[in-house]
Amino acid sequence: MPTVLLRQMAVGQEGVITKVTAEGELGRRIRDMGLVPGTPLRIQGRAPLKDPVAIKLRNFTLSLRNNEADYITVEVDEGK
Amino acid sequence: MTASAEYLIALAGNPNCGKTTLFNAITGARQHVGNYPGITVEKKEGVHLFNGLKLRLVDLPGTYSLTAYSMEELVARDFLALERPQLVINIVDASNLERNLYLTIQILELGIPVVLALNMVDAAASRGIEIDAEELSRRLQIPVIPTVARSGTGKLELLEKTAEVAAENRSWKPLHISYGADIDPVLDQMETDIAGSDFLLDFYPARWIALKYLEADEQVINKGAEVNPELSSRLEALADHVAEHLQKTLETYPEAIIADHRYGFISAVLKAGVVHNSQRSDRLYLSDQLDQVLTNRFFGPLIMLVILYAVYKATFDYSALPVEWLNAGFTTLSAWMQTIIPPGLLQSLIVSGIIDGVGGVLSFIPLILFMFFAIAFLEDTGYLARVAYMLDRVFRTFGLHGSSVMAYIVSGGIAGGCAVPGVMATRTLRSPRERLATLLTAPFMNCGAKLPVFAMLIAAFFPARHAQMMFLLTIFSWIAALSMARIIRWTILRGPSTPFLLELPPYRMPTLKGLLIHTWERTWQYIRKAGTIILALSILFWALMTFPLLPDARKSQFEADRQQILSQLPEDTRTSLMQPGIAQDGLTREIAKASQRIRAIDRAESEATLQHSYAGRIGMALETLTQWSGFEWRTNVALLAGFAAKELIISTLGTAYSLGGADLDAGMSLSRRLASDPQWNRLRAFSLIVFIMLYAPCLATVTCIAKESGAVKWALFSLAFNTTAAYLISAAIYQGGLWMGIGG
Repeated sequence: MPTVLLRQMAVGQEGVITKVTAEGELGRRIRDMGLVPGTPLRIQGRAPLKDPVAIKLRNFTLSLRNNEADYITVEVDEGK
Repeated sequence: MTASAEYLIALAGNPNCGKTTLFNAITGARQHVGNYPGITVEKKEGVHLFNGLKLRLVDLPGTYSLTAYSMEELVARDFLALERPQLVINIVDASNLERNLYLTIQILELGIPVVLALNMVDAAASRGIEIDAEELSRRLQIPVIPTVARSGTGKLELLEKTAEVAAENRSWKPLHISYGADIDPVLDQMETDIAGSDFLLDFYPARWIALKYLEADEQVINKGAEVNPELSSRLEALADHVAEHLQKTLETYPEAIIADHRYGFISAVLKAGVVHNSQRSDRLYLSDQLDQVLTNRFFGPLIMLVILYAVYKATFDYSALPVEWLNAGFTTLSAWMQTIIPPGLLQSLIVSGIIDGVGGVLSFIPLILFMFFAIAFLEDTGYLARVAYMLDRVFRTFGLHGSSVMAYIVSGGIAGGCAVPGVMATRTLRSPRERLATLLTAPFMNCGAKLPVFAMLIAAFFPARHAQMMFLLTIFSWIAALSMARIIRWTILRGPSTPFLLELPPYRMPTLKGLLIHTWERTWQYIRKAGTIILALSILFWALMTFPLLPDARKSQFEADRQQILSQLPEDTRTSLMQPGIAQDGLTREIAKASQRIRAIDRAESEATLQHSYAGRIGMALETLTQWSGFEWRTNVALLAGFAAKELIISTLGTAYSLGGADLDAGMSLSRRLASDPQWNRLRAFSLIVFIMLYAPCLATVTCIAKESGAVKWALFSLAFNTTAAYLISAAIYQGGLWMGIGG
């Protein structure tokens, strides 16, 4: 299955996190919110100006900026 | 267990897990809100008596983790390590257990006894999530009590269990979990090294310290380097070695591996039999459906505009009446004081110094009450997070945060707000640099007290363009605030934006009790902390505008002038004319004329007194500077008074132009006076408008800036920065205008 950056995913698309490359404070924040490899997620929506993006994971909704989403690689379900 | 035993209990949990609701449910109104020393994070404490036990509860700030990046996390961690509570009540959201347990695991790693409050089990059940609390308790080896904080369900069981565990007075027993083959061996080695020496062990367990070295936790490493530099650098070397190895082999960091294993541990705990989910995970709940409308590309911003405007209207409309009552009350009080205290210094101190000062403090209270109620409502429903989500892209461009919008609007982003509640509204912002930049620039907005001055000047010089001018000034203030924020974030508050990562909590109906407690706490804090300072500074300003008194020689000259007019009148009318505020009607023409001349002398004396005072002297001394902006001493004194409260600008300018208080019907006579003054013109008026919009915030705002930023230096900075900016811009406008031949 193909992997893409979280930023490139379309609204409604689902996938599983394969890699988080952020370091330091951002890396820690990302992990604190439960974005670790192996976590399934779905793109819930995008803000009116296309940024930030809202995702659903572990039963809650989280929004993050596109430049933060760039550190997250997701294996996406094809055909969705 | 003794009858008088007292236990210290900490409440910990993620934001939005119902922690504060539970805290309110347990302690009721018996709580105390303060700040942790030196920082602006709130510290809430409450006492609950339970079966003869005194439970002292501390509501720690809501955090997702116990790292040391944010103030909130540092506060929570330091409290646990340094204050050593008997136990932690950890509140977790039952619908969102996986992420909530991440904090739980970190508290357990520290070893402190934990009672888990499995909160909002009703909301979880409605989403088809059932949790076997007994099984969870068995696997985590800690008590687990299902609760619904809103209704108080489970509160009694939770308190019983808390009292029981607290009474056992258990020693700390850190949870050991495996972090995998790369981390575990070195962690064991580091633990042995630390345990063998007296290294921070008074605060933290050895394994936890080792873990923090691997996670490159600055706070712990700095502390370690102070206590034992040799051991600390050895531990750092070990951690670096692992980090290098992980980078080479797996392209990852020790921190990431540790986090992965924590989540792995949580998955293992929740697997098979703890959580039953009877509904499909991709189902859209009501909250998600609401989001599809409320954050929709087209409807989202429209609805947001309506809601923000409604909040603004409600805040200022509902508070208008109480503010009016307060003002009327203080006016009556002033009038009464004037009848019982003879005219002179004491009367002036009490009326113009103290009563006006107290009135100034109190008149903000209705505003703060309504503003906090509105913001608490938006925050507790979950809508404020959506506002930040929708507007972040815009505000980020200026180095701010999506949540900055609230502070801007309340401060006067919709003309007529107030910067005092506006500055206080920045509390909802959790990113420190963005928050500071917001609270420093919010006062550029056109607050309700600047508007009458603008109206007066517009009526005098731009009479045909009132609406256009007001609109232009609103736009101008937004441009000023945003660009100043950008400048501040490029210079003194330079640094990358704080990670956004904002949870969009499910929409919930807030409880009235929670809203009221929240609103009252904030308001009381304002009265207690800011109120006294504002009052003291108001009196100081009164002194500046009063002292030194006019020399006796000049005073008697005015008196002689008055006597001269009086001596030409029949004897029986003299005494009645000298009474202030006598009825003007029913007097003969001759007497009325004499009366007017006497009032004119009174006003000339007021003007002379003002000019002679320290404020007047400062105003005159500043002329060399302010002439570049087109201001002479009268304007300078008015601006100085405007620093005490912008409302004073008109009345002071009136006094400086020898217009009496009674003549100042909403500044109209001043407006006519300036319009007919050859020294004044459109250019000068516009320069003054811009200066007033931008210069130093009023005393009350400056005091709040000091309180909210936690440092007096930021208050002083805002005075200097705003005034300098106002001066440079108004001077540029005035000189540019002169050069182009406008005005002059």
